[in-house]
Amino acid sequence: MEHYNMSLNLKVWRQNNSRDKGYFEDYKVDGISSEMSFLEMFDVLNERLITEGKEPIAFDHDCREGICGMCSMYINGKPHGPWKSNTVCQLHMRAYKDGDTIVVEPWRANAFPVIKDLMVDRSAFDRIVQAGGYISVNTGNAVDGNSMPIEKDKADASFAAAMCIGCGACVAACKNSSAMLFLSAKVAHLALLPQGEPERKKRVVSMVAQMDKEGFGACTNTGACEATCPKDISLSNIARLNQEYLIASLTADK
Amino acid sequence: MLDAKIPAGPLDDKWTDYKGHCKLVNPANKRKLEIIIVGTGLAGASAAASLGELGYKVKAFCFQDSPRRAHSIAAQGGINAAKNYQNDGDSVFRLFYDTIKGGDYRARESNVHRLAEVSANIIDQCVAQGVPFAREYGGMLSNRSFGGTQVQRTFYAAGQTGQQLLIGAYQALERQVALGNVKMYTRHEMLEVVMIDGKARGIIARNLVNGELEKHFGHAVLLCTGGYGNVFYLSTNAMGSNVTAAWKAHKQGAAFANPCFTQIHPTCIPVSGDHQSKLTLMSESLRNDGRIWVPKKQGDNRKATDIPEEERDYYLERRYPAFGNLVPRDVASRAAKERCDAGYGVGTSKQAVYLDFAAAIERYGKTEVGKLGKDNVSQDEVIELGKEVVKEKYGNLFDMYEKITGENPYEVAMRIYPAVHYTMGGLWVDYELQTTVPGLYCLGEANFSDHGANRLGASALMQGLADGYFVIPYTIGNYLADEIYSKAISTDHPGFAQAEKEVSDRINKLMSIKGKQTVESFHKRLGKIMWDKCGMARNAEGLTQAIAEIQALKKEFWSDVKIPGSINEMNPELDKAGRVADFIELGELMCKDALDRNESCGGHFREESQTPEGEAMRDDANYMYVSAWEFKGESNWELHKEPLIYDVVKPSQRNYK
Repeated sequence: MEHYNMSLNLKVWRQNNSRDKGYFEDYKVDGISSEMSFLEMFDVLNERLITEGKEPIAFDHDCREGICGMCSMYINGKPHGPWKSNTVCQLHMRAYKDGDTIVVEPWRANAFPVIKDLMVDRSAFDRIVQAGGYISVNTGNAVDGNSMPIEKDKADASFAAAMCIGCGACVAACKNSSAMLFLSAKVAHLALLPQGEPERKKRVVSMVAQMDKEGFGACTNTGACEATCPKDISLSNIARLNQEYLIASLTADK
Repeated sequence: MLDAKIPAGPLDDKWTDYKGHCKLVNPANKRKLEIIIVGTGLAGASAAASLGELGYKVKAFCFQDSPRRAHSIAAQGGINAAKNYQNDGDSVFRLFYDTIKGGDYRARESNVHRLAEVSANIIDQCVAQGVPFAREYGGMLSNRSFGGTQVQRTFYAAGQTGQQLLIGAYQALERQVALGNVKMYTRHEMLEVVMIDGKARGIIARNLVNGELEKHFGHAVLLCTGGYGNVFYLSTNAMGSNVTAAWKAHKQGAAFANPCFTQIHPTCIPVSGDHQSKLTLMSESLRNDGRIWVPKKQGDNRKATDIPEEERDYYLERRYPAFGNLVPRDVASRAAKERCDAGYGVGTSKQAVYLDFAAAIERYGKTEVGKLGKDNVSQDEVIELGKEVVKEKYGNLFDMYEKITGENPYEVAMRIYPAVHYTMGGLWVDYELQTTVPGLYCLGEANFSDHGANRLGASALMQGLADGYFVIPYTIGNYLADEIYSKAISTDHPGFAQAEKEVSDRINKLMSIKGKQTVESFHKRLGKIMWDKCGMARNAEGLTQAIAEIQALKKEFWSDVKIPGSINEMNPELDKAGRVADFIELGELMCKDALDRNESCGGHFREESQTPEGEAMRDDANYMYVSAWEFKGESNWELHKEPLIYDVVKPSQRNYK
């Protein structure tokens, strides 16, 4: 793989806190290697800003290997940037060429208020999980792991949904700021397993209610969420969610 | 000072006897007892959920924006359990034995046996929570083998086992939050343990969003804050992983055990340049099918595919025919370093070896052809079929590799090199997971307990969950049963005020330095000293130099660090400065510990102590102890030794040949 260096023009969203109005600031960065990750390019810029006595850009990041779900940048109009099935921390600078202009914004959604610069508050996702995104089994209650065989196809489908990293890109990509892909992934993960059966109806109704309460928008089946999801969570989970919700609403005991 | 409180009696009965006789707290009293848990990875989240279920009042803290982000999530390969589902001769004893042997006889028998005993319960618990482990077509749980063992006991969920286990524990935790048993504090960092009358009674935490300091009371405090691999700057840890909570506890009297025992993982993506901020692991499970080699000729610049079979040196298979590519991590890492240092490394940096799947792809392809019952199949077709199988097993790892390097590992051999991955050392704990400070407990990677001088693959997840789900719910009762008469202490108590003032003074001091060098630049310099002189191979001369260099670096840090912004706001550079300051102090202790231990064992290779063939040479006569360091003041520690007594396993020189 050939490596090269580049200069870039960045337009980055700056916002002091949630009450601040916010604005774009322009930065020119030089000597960026194609081998760097996108966040390492931000590290380089931040080091420069600190040395110049300026405030560095705040952004969320942690594992830098695409699994913790903390990083969240909206790059040239796309959550997590141009690569498919990818998080910002996995995006590398070989995606760009010398002289490119890159616009970087935070996730934009009413339910995700900006904390500072590119950092947003995604605690709404935790509250949706609190509303029922679990199986109620206390430690010590479990029977032998192999006492309940589970069809491989179902286990695999459940796993595919459970791969969601809770980053919120689906919300950021959606014109309605809907959290349906996130929610449906959790509902599908648990509904596909026999262990999830006892709470199946209550779970979906309660989680949907919490999602609405948090101020996420409605789903209009545009599919931008699926296209942007770094873990390829499938839109078919939303179909499953709707089915689960319908059955639960029609047949709930109370 | 050190009382490990190991129960009497035969090894097999210790844990059962302990559970049968430890003190209990009745439900009405549990409601009045408050527990603080710092860190929400596998150990912290599982402890918070389990203790919340029992009825204790729990407060849990994490520095991330959600407990689901803790770095346990990045564990790839799997979790061990002595289920013997494969009928291949596994048992609690074998898992215990492998862990003791893999740890090079530097772990406590009693703790490790308990770990092996509860391992099976962990799998059951996780399945019940809905963790979607890999399954066979018959619906049963699937297993694979892992380095350092000869049985298949590793449960997994593709290459995302840590993620799935953490999500399970996170969901159990959020359920307790919903039920009001646990109160969760995200984007909070613990900066001090509050000591009142010789016991841990709470913490001072900083709200990272607005910079305010908060005082929190607890009848007991649990630190589940992970490892300190980031002392090396470059490691496979998350950017935020740090030693701060454990270090504050250490300075309040908790002994730090075996700090120099760090694990260098053999299969990571090599460093590409000075800009590198972290290293990425490729799961050890890749060694099940990948073959590791370097060219037989020094400085061979040909492409991997242009080097014919007979000119390749499969050095692990050559040196260790019994285990081959599946030798334990420390052995594999040292062998890679040996080849690269001798001039056989590959890639532009020459600090890498090949991990090659060509043979596995062909082998799987042929098996698939056999299954299909086809004749006259072209070689290309075989390879295509083989790639599908490899994709099913390791697809996400291959994708990750390609994203970082821009190379397709289905076509070109991967380049790998060892990197810092895990720290076996940590706060000293007794059998009950209590540190040397009463009321202060330490779980998971943050303690030193179960892995000795080297951790086997798929054992970290096991230990984190064992501590949180199945050990602490019993052992903490034994302490709290005597605390039912202690009323909650008001945070207006002078003990809280004093601790808060110390934290606030330190933050003010950091902010008032207003020097010229960034926090990051100090961290990089510390990492380089540690990697060069306290890394895979060490000697007395280098370690002595390192101690002097770190002391100088510390002075420089405290007189010239530059931190932008202010205190009462979100200020990630200030957060980082506090962590790096603690890493610098820890680095010194690690070198001191490494200097003391003039033997090679596990991940710790002392150049002065090797066999004529260059293998690590342990020295049981002089070093069969846990080093527990007590903080005595700046750059001053007292060494306490906990002798290791092997009643059941007879220590032998490890042999994987």
